[in-house]
Amino acid sequence: MAIWVFSSEVEGAPSPTSLELLTKARSLDTDVAAVYLGTSIEEAATVLGAHGAATVYHLSPAGALPAAGAAGALAELASAESPRAILFGMGPDDRDVAGRFSARTGTAVVANAIDIRLDGDTLIASNEILGGTVRVDTEVADRPGIVIARPKAFTAEPGDGAAATVTPVAMEDGRGTVLESHVEQSEGPDLTKADVVVSGGRGLGGADKFELIDKVAGLLGGAVGATRAVVDSGWVPYSHQIGQTGKTVKPSVYIAAGISGAMQHVVGMKDSGTIIAINKDPEAPIFGIADLGIVGDVNTVLPKLIEALEAR
Amino acid sequence: MRIAVCAKQIPDPATPYELDPETHFVVRPEEQVLDDTDRYGIEVALQLAEAAEGTVTLFSMGPAGSMQGIRQALAMGADKAVVIDDEGLRGSGALTTARVLAAAIEKEGFDLVIAGTESTDGYTGIVPQQIAELLDVPALTFARAFSHDDGKLRIERQTEVGYDVVETEPPALMTVTSGVVEPRYPTFKGIMQAKQKPVEQITAAELGIEETGSVAAGQAITAVSPVPSREAGLKIEDDGEGFAEIVKMLEERKVI
Repeated sequence: MAIWVFSSEVEGAPSPTSLELLTKARSLDTDVAAVYLGTSIEEAATVLGAHGAATVYHLSPAGALPAAGAAGALAELASAESPRAILFGMGPDDRDVAGRFSARTGTAVVANAIDIRLDGDTLIASNEILGGTVRVDTEVADRPGIVIARPKAFTAEPGDGAAATVTPVAMEDGRGTVLESHVEQSEGPDLTKADVVVSGGRGLGGADKFELIDKVAGLLGGAVGATRAVVDSGWVPYSHQIGQTGKTVKPSVYIAAGISGAMQHVVGMKDSGTIIAINKDPEAPIFGIADLGIVGDVNTVLPKLIEALEAR
Repeated sequence: MRIAVCAKQIPDPATPYELDPETHFVVRPEEQVLDDTDRYGIEVALQLAEAAEGTVTLFSMGPAGSMQGIRQALAMGADKAVVIDDEGLRGSGALTTARVLAAAIEKEGFDLVIAGTESTDGYTGIVPQQIAELLDVPALTFARAFSHDDGKLRIERQTEVGYDVVETEPPALMTVTSGVVEPRYPTFKGIMQAKQKPVEQITAAELGIEETGSVAAGQAITAVSPVPSREAGLKIEDDGEGFAEIVKMLEERKVI
């Protein structure tokens, strides 16, 4: 009974979460395959193979929104090959394909998984609900079991696997046309890999104040994060968003400036090594998880912090 | 244009949620509020309807309670609501929810379905895609901007590295992020009118859906346990020297 991992292409390579999931999958089962949705298949086959996939089923999007076609092709493939489980990440294509596949095949989905295990033939997926305060273990009876996992739930480690054998899979044309693709470059270190993350929230008061965050991050060699509210307000691009609907980070040190600590945000950063919070509301929930909490105005504290760091 | 908007009533996120110790379902109070993420979809629907002389119908599955959340959505300007509530739906997973909503939307007729990207309380994040598949229409997902011209619906679809511009023709489904528009506040007139607007209450059986609840879930909860929470550390009032405590901790952690 194989375990399959869905992998969508992000900047020409398999998504980081798919490599985390392949690493997990190969610890559960000797029969692991990847389903790759993208164009750079040769490079992908090497990386996916190293992370545990013996086979990669290749779906090629052609200038169209691929989810409907991909889900249809995947349903036929799964019906022929009967995998025990198909694991997805939380990227937009992952969610689109998983949702459509689930509806098309009538299989249930466990979302936001942070752990997956096989107990004999029983597939159990665990997720955290209510903002990460309650853990739920769910036995997945459906075959294939569809599990959508949170980024960074597992650690990606390449093994000694050879390049995966590529099996092209035909898919129907997608529905909806992709007219343009834009990359919004973020400056500085990669948010998901940085050892220090400095994040700003609405407590900063305005887009022009966000440069304080950039400065502190720059001085500490860290990456810049933001809350959903800040991204929705257009202060910084979505690529900086941390939380349920953004990135998950686990740096050694996380500085939350002007962030109240809504559940939405906390699930994306609560596993950081040390959390330092600055907020003028003494009742802000962020203080409940902070190792150091400064009750004060970020616009007073940060300039002084910058001055002190610059003086070193 | 007939626009269907998925809307959910949830317990007020400002209050701590409780789980029923036996069923593990979230305890749903009589008074629930409109999920904040739905306000964006409603606003998009209202703007499209205003431009194209359309109608906006809300579709909601879940314990109806006092209908406070539904009235909040109607007060923004939606024309009517269809609420699917029956005891058998308790414990339903995402797929059953999608089947129920898709059946209700299909029964009513639609040109466009609009939903948020995920609910605040459950955040499974796949119900809209499931609905699109069940209705057999294209899905323009994760819209951070939208336009409707010449019969074509176009969005900026948020991706992991930026955005794509994608387009399709109705009938279709669209999911919207909370950056897409600034939702309007209900006016006093809107709040008064909302009380008179039609709210149709139906059951899953009336939609021809027999298997609901945990029977249809394809999965079973085997354990529920509290996650050990982080302990709060030192909390100090900034007296002008708060920054020094941060510097000290950064030194201790060898960041500087």
